[in-house]
Amino acid sequence: MSLFRKPSREPLWRDEFSVFSNDEKYVSRRQFSKFLVLTSLAMFVGNLWILVRSWFSRKPLYPVTAIARANEVPVGGVRLFQYPTPQEQCILLRTGANEYVAYSQKCTHLSCSVFYSAASDRLECPCHNGAFSVRDGSPLQGPPRRPLPRIVVERKGDVLLATGIKLEA
Amino acid sequence: MDRQTSPSAKRSVTAIDGAMALIVILLIVQIWLVSATLETYLAGHYETVLPGAVLSGTIFLVCFGLYLFIERLDAEFRKP
Ligand code: FES
Repeated sequence: MSLFRKPSREPLWRDEFSVFSNDEKYVSRRQFSKFLVLTSLAMFVGNLWILVRSWFSRKPLYPVTAIARANEVPVGGVRLFQYPTPQEQCILLRTGANEYVAYSQKCTHLSCSVFYSAASDRLECPCHNGAFSVRDGSPLQGPPRRPLPRIVVERKGDVLLATGIKLEA
Repeated sequence: MDRQTSPSAKRSVTAIDGAMALIVILLIVQIWLVSATLETYLAGHYETVLPGAVLSGTIFLVCFGLYLFIERLDAEFRKP
């Protein structure tokens, strides 16, 4: 059965508002094109909505929070902390005598908590076997496609401070 | 010869089908564009949002132009 109806000699109004129930199952090419163009308009409105959202969502200002004492964490050791709010769990790793890295503990796949695996020297997610690099948080294995948000860590004397979040690796 | 089966009518219908196929292809590209823009926006990359919107608007305008073309052909075709 053809999806389209052949153009007829009927006036446009009669064509559009057919009184023959048999004709109702047909869609004219013009109506179908109109539907496609309206879908295209909807997609454009979607893009505009994203644009407006990005204009109004200003970059958040992050607090400066003390997360640990520098020698509290041994080399290769881990410490959990909350940043920037008490609900957001993060993980701090001491990768060298004077090197510290910290990431959000939320897996970028489906938000399970990642943990540090000393054996493989990477951050692993137990839910779907995802793994992230300790060096920059980039995904190494499994379903995650985006890197772990990185917490900016600064050392002030003996204290380690979290000062912000970087989203890209 | 019947007006609806005349060579010019057949040409019109072919042109309308071609324009419709083009709209479908553009629409698929546009749907991909919206999902890609949304994904990069949610990942915190705001720099892709404006080009995405401009491109999406351009695609919409092209689709609308093709629709006007279809309307014109259709109206000509229906002229008594
Ligand atoms: S939630 Fe982490 S891999 Fe799926």
